[in-house]
Amino acid sequence: MKLVKNAAGRFVPTEVNGETQIPFKGVDKHKPTGVKAKPPIRSCIDYPFDGNKVVKDLKTALKKAGLKDGMTISTHHHLRNGDAVTNMLFDAVKEMGIKNIRWFPSASFPVHSHLIKYLEDGTIHHIEGSMNGPLGKFTTEGKMKGVGVLRSHGGRYQSLQDGEVHVDIAVILAPTADPFGNATGDRGKSACGLIGFALGDSEYADKTIIVTDNLVPFPCVPWQIQGGNVDFVVEVESLGDPKKIVSGTTEVTKSPDRLLIAEYVADFIEAAGIMKDGFSLQAGAGGTNLAFVLFLKEKMKAKGVKARFMRGGSTKYLVEMLEEGLTDYILDGQTFDLEGVRSMRENANHVNTSPFTSYNFHGKGNFASIVDTAVLGATEVDVKFNANVVTHSDGYLLHGIGGWQNCLYSKCTILAIPSFRDRIPVIVDEVTTLCGPGELIDVIITERGIAINPKRKDLIKAVKGSGLPIKDIKQIKKEVDEICGGAPAKPKVNKDKVVAIVKWVDGTVLDSVFQVEK
Amino acid sequence: MIKKLNKSSAGKRGDSVRSDCYFEIELKNSGGIKIDLKSKVDTMYGESIKQMILDMCNYFSIKDAKIICEDAGALPFALAARFELAVNRLFPENKKEYLLPFNEKNLYSTKKDQLRRSRLYLPGNEPKFFVNAGLHSPDGIILDLEDSVAPSEKDAAQLLVRNSLRSVDFYGAERMVRINQLPKGLDDLKYIVPNNVNVILVPKCESAEQIHQLEKEVEKLKKQFKVENPIYFMPIIESALGVIKAFEIASASKNNCALAIGLEDYTADLGTQRTNEGKESIFARQMLVNAAKAAGIQAIDTVFSDVADMEALRQSVMEAKSLGFEGKGCIHPRQIKVVHEAFAPTNEEIEKAKKIVLAFEEAEKKGLGVVSLGTKMIDPPVVKRAIRTIDLAVMNNLLNKNWKAK
Repeated sequence: MKLVKNAAGRFVPTEVNGETQIPFKGVDKHKPTGVKAKPPIRSCIDYPFDGNKVVKDLKTALKKAGLKDGMTISTHHHLRNGDAVTNMLFDAVKEMGIKNIRWFPSASFPVHSHLIKYLEDGTIHHIEGSMNGPLGKFTTEGKMKGVGVLRSHGGRYQSLQDGEVHVDIAVILAPTADPFGNATGDRGKSACGLIGFALGDSEYADKTIIVTDNLVPFPCVPWQIQGGNVDFVVEVESLGDPKKIVSGTTEVTKSPDRLLIAEYVADFIEAAGIMKDGFSLQAGAGGTNLAFVLFLKEKMKAKGVKARFMRGGSTKYLVEMLEEGLTDYILDGQTFDLEGVRSMRENANHVNTSPFTSYNFHGKGNFASIVDTAVLGATEVDVKFNANVVTHSDGYLLHGIGGWQNCLYSKCTILAIPSFRDRIPVIVDEVTTLCGPGELIDVIITERGIAINPKRKDLIKAVKGSGLPIKDIKQIKKEVDEICGGAPAKPKVNKDKVVAIVKWVDGTVLDSVFQVEK
Repeated sequence: MIKKLNKSSAGKRGDSVRSDCYFEIELKNSGGIKIDLKSKVDTMYGESIKQMILDMCNYFSIKDAKIICEDAGALPFALAARFELAVNRLFPENKKEYLLPFNEKNLYSTKKDQLRRSRLYLPGNEPKFFVNAGLHSPDGIILDLEDSVAPSEKDAAQLLVRNSLRSVDFYGAERMVRINQLPKGLDDLKYIVPNNVNVILVPKCESAEQIHQLEKEVEKLKKQFKVENPIYFMPIIESALGVIKAFEIASASKNNCALAIGLEDYTADLGTQRTNEGKESIFARQMLVNAAKAAGIQAIDTVFSDVADMEALRQSVMEAKSLGFEGKGCIHPRQIKVVHEAFAPTNEEIEKAKKIVLAFEEAEKKGLGVVSLGTKMIDPPVVKRAIRTIDLAVMNNLLNKNWKAK
């Protein structure tokens, strides 16, 4: 595999899975033009006039959709670790004897380790999405047939639009749907909030299948997915367990050290002058990121400050802010807990959004850059403020990118992270995998101090005299190395074997993940 | 060394263990050192852990052994303590100590009348709590060798506490150790006195004689290890007898810096229940404050055990403050800030103190022996208290330290 050095100084392949790749050219330096992908023309006369698109089962739908070897099937992670549909889908694909599928999920979860056997037997050729937990281990050890492709939520939409990924069949789980294919996620026994990640797929895929466990007579209102984009509807017993949409990363931390970080985040947002009437923020998942919202809430109440909007991942904590009048709107990208689901259903000011409006590089602007501050996590940050969210310091893939890359465009991007976890330094010399260029990352907040990107002179000035523990990031790194017993050794990897690539929001290749040698 | 067993173990293992490790050493007759390492941080620190094990084997003259190490991200100070414990359990006569370099940030000393509003208890055998404890800015950190350590792990905690006193940066917090009840606690001293402990907490203290015993042993060790920094004592009164003897205990040594009360054991001793109102302990607490003040030292209140109820903690501290206590025990880092805020002076107190301090300085400048504010004469202790109030106000960010400059 031929590797070239990209503008970030990382070595990346120019061809992956038989497709040409463009190396990263720098932030905002790549702009594809022209018309690259369009949905094929459809005609209503090809569909039942009575509007009933229900077929017997998933296998029938796949057959009617013309499933063949080597096709691309997309799925979505709205039920997170409670999703049963994706596993059901690939059981059907396997039974049909189909091979070499490109699986294009919006994210994967540990529940999908069920699919490892299909990666092993060739049913699935490779994954373009996220490779979490057991799937990450499988991929990193070089066992996947093709090369994995990691994209942000916005990047996923971009890849549909500029033809990087053509979806043959989109399988969309819908907690409520009608026989015409109108579908919503905010109600039904498996309600998960919104199903906005599937929007692009429903528009650009050749065939779209809705899978529901709550089939209602036409019309299903509201319709987050329009039936006019749907080919088939399949009714199943159960989509999975909606209780598990609450994953480990959506509970407030109890750790005193993480709470300290969260407190610093709230203090910083106040001291930097970001917390003022009409401001906006985005809170990611992860215990620390949820906790800072609680601290900020107290400050907002004390000062009588109200936000214009807050972006989720919504959780009950954001919902409380909305219901207590501390924000006008929640613009929700995905719903992290059942309180979020309830609020979205009941409160018109809890608005569902999609990666198109929020994150898309090929949109005519997007929400991410309007947000005043985004508080995010990372697995590693280096002294140049570059950050990693997909691999662990041992080189193994463990997370997807999610909306993280897209959120870096906020006016003040804060990474709230411990400086080390157990004996694993988080502040390092150089990140194992580059996912976010340091020029977009403004502030690193750890329990050992706050480092501000030297290029944000305005922020440095704003918090001067605030009493906050502002430190040089190199100083924090030095403290961490002293505690951990020296700088960590790097993983031993096979530099000739790229197991996955990390895409930047514009579709270029930012970095490679290499096979870890055991 | 005299070999008693050929296999020993130390430390913790299992899925829930974090920042700790487990060692098994099995002596062999030949074959050199064989290390079987399973570490969560193998990629990052596997080589360095193996090197450390080889160094320790060499230091303790272990030449042929099979060593199992299950590591859940233990920091070097914890790894070394666990290994040394396995060695000690194998060779009970071992006198050698494997000492990591003394972190020079840890050489500070403290004052007898140091602020001691909060002191955070850390179970002595739980290394995961040590490293970040100082970040929460308690006035003192207590590494506990007594009640939070299982009887079978006392030897483990001694080594861990020793190593952490040397290696772990507590960010300026006063370095305290609660030893075991005397006379057993005397065995703990050799692990802490040479390693710059600032304050020794003496649990269940019931007589001046116990403090004398402690003092003698501490002096001996200080001389032996050429320790120059002061080491203060904080007797903890936890029984009816202790309360009655409070003054005798408080005045037993010039090294006593404070007298603390422990109410769980005390109420048990009285045969009563601990209540939120605390009527049952009002005599003991007042007696303790009085004894401490009579001896010229600080009075420190018991811990507040409901870690979720911050408002009740605040109330409890306000009450303690009104009784004359100057500090409170903390069992969770989140309690520290609340305790500091509640002990902080009120605005009224600060304003009054400012006037007194200014009047005092004015009088000094004029060479007057008597300080007066308006028509009122001000006694030296009032001035001293005002200065203390100002210090507290500055420390709690309620007053700029250059307040006189306006």
